[in-house]
Amino acid sequence: MDVLVIQLLNALLYAAVFFLIAGGLSLIYGVMRIVNLAHGSLYALGAYVMAWMVGSLAVRVPAPTLLLALVPLAGALVAGVGAVIEPMLRPLYQRAEEYQLLMTFGLLLLLEDLMRFLWGPTPLSAGTLWAAFGPVTIFGSPYPKYNLLVIVFGLIMATLLWAIVYRTRFGVLLRATSQNMRMAAALGIDVRSVYVQAFSLGCFMAGLAGAVIVPIQGAVLGMGVEALILAFVAVVIGGLGSLEGALVGAVIVGLVRTAAIQYFPELELAILYLIAAVVLIVRPSGLFGAPEARRA
Amino acid sequence: MTRSTAPTEALPHEGVVRRLQLSWPLLVVATILVALPAIPQVPPFQRILLTHGLIMGIAALGFNLLLGYTGLLSFGHSAFFGTAAYTAAFLVKYLHLGSMEAFLVAGIAASGLVAIVFGTVCVRYTRIFFAILALALSQVLWGLAIKLFWITGGTDGIRVPTPTLLFGLMGVPEDKLTFLATTYYYYVLAVFALAVAAVGVVVHSPFGKAVQAIRDDEVRAEFVGVPVRTYRWVAFVLSGVFTGLAGALWAPLNGHVTPDVLYWPFSGRIVFMAVLGGFRSFVGPLVGAVVFTYLEAYAVGYAVYWQAVLGVVLIGLVLAMPTGLVGAGAWLAARFRRG
Repeated sequence: MDVLVIQLLNALLYAAVFFLIAGGLSLIYGVMRIVNLAHGSLYALGAYVMAWMVGSLAVRVPAPTLLLALVPLAGALVAGVGAVIEPMLRPLYQRAEEYQLLMTFGLLLLLEDLMRFLWGPTPLSAGTLWAAFGPVTIFGSPYPKYNLLVIVFGLIMATLLWAIVYRTRFGVLLRATSQNMRMAAALGIDVRSVYVQAFSLGCFMAGLAGAVIVPIQGAVLGMGVEALILAFVAVVIGGLGSLEGALVGAVIVGLVRTAAIQYFPELELAILYLIAAVVLIVRPSGLFGAPEARRA
Repeated sequence: MTRSTAPTEALPHEGVVRRLQLSWPLLVVATILVALPAIPQVPPFQRILLTHGLIMGIAALGFNLLLGYTGLLSFGHSAFFGTAAYTAAFLVKYLHLGSMEAFLVAGIAASGLVAIVFGTVCVRYTRIFFAILALALSQVLWGLAIKLFWITGGTDGIRVPTPTLLFGLMGVPEDKLTFLATTYYYYVLAVFALAVAAVGVVVHSPFGKAVQAIRDDEVRAEFVGVPVRTYRWVAFVLSGVFTGLAGALWAPLNGHVTPDVLYWPFSGRIVFMAVLGGFRSFVGPLVGAVVFTYLEAYAVGYAVYWQAVLGVVLIGLVLAMPTGLVGAGAWLAARFRRG
């Protein structure tokens, strides 16, 4: 029983982080029709920035303050990087998608090496922050308090994002641009600025995801691509371009991944892809996605 | 949306003329390649490097059947290359077979099988879905190669000793360097020539024209009566098989197979080669593969951040030189001719 509860909490923890990554990926795709292959690397960047800041500040400042201050800072930094990247993609919006994929793949290679250059090949840890929160007892077994915080954080971010997209003026602009970019432009929306903001928002979420996960597992090279693939599986299950889909997909990926790690670690990835493949075969546009539009 | 023109000829008589023009450089290149071991100024190491380049050329050419001719970008071609390489290694480790022909046949069969399975899933989608689905599936194989270490040797990999060639007619030689630099060089060169010819036949066949039609406009191709999904699948399998052929050739040359050949950066390298040379032309991937092999051999020693260099070059290519080296060369030649 308690093992089950603990595993369920672990699944939700993964789900929270995957939602932040997959949600950003999906948001960017929904608005700009671009899949950013460097998205996972931006998540890794968030993790590295966070670990680096924690490493240099952790001694004096109390843990909750540190967390509250540094997580948004790491997210904002990654969002800033996103704001730099988006203008580089602009010449590609009118070109075939192969070029967009190649371009973002180039960015992925560049970012991976940039992190190696800045922080070296050895993993960075921010475990002090994780340890500072201590354990809490759930059904008689200890569970790290920090992990619970991340789950709550994921819930808050999901609600916030929903509110932004469906309850604010900016959200209306986002959805209008997503549905018909030309019509939106004709109606006087500054599509270019919406693009920058949407891209930065997506990157911000990826940065947040990296920042909250790093006290638990540390920052290592290669975590970006792993996250990209898992986030993509979540997005494929849920439907590309849909936030609800990203949430459901993230929960499914979190659950399956936890169960797989517990019971059959060799087949963890294989089972996830199997699920994604089955969803794609049964419902090609994902559980929540609109059918893929054909190339005009 | 910009539409590209097919890299092949528009009118039959024009094609004949172009082919005659093309045959001169082709003859020169072929002569140089055949005569290379006879030139004492070229050290054996250079021929081994060139063998690497030719093998990667086959892989990139196979990859380009999808990207350049069918319009599908795969980030998962390491799966086919790696499957064939591991198949060769398994033959040695478990069946104690050391025949190159066995490597080739088994490698092609295994990579073909993987391509059939992956293709069935992947070709339901195009563009982004296709690209990442191929990446994801290839990473399953990578994960298996690492985690099933009692079969695959894990990250240590499996050693592949020098095989016998031509059904055992050429036994295992004593000096490995001479073998790789001369005998194996010619062997790879012959397979390379056959593979290039085979891909050439495929892209000039009615099937080749049909997949190019799919690439240029899927809807119109369907209206004309092209079975779009089936043809994409066939192109996928063919592409996987050619890349697998390269993997089988590579295994004894490298002498060692590790999960690196299944990992996504390896797929990225194949993509890079095709784009560097120019994926809109037939010879582009070949040129890209050879140039890349030399660049890597000489630059890795100097540039620690080689991957970043690749990233920057890739971004530059996409933004400024989408036709690659071959396209840029043709453009320069045209300007030169005009004066």
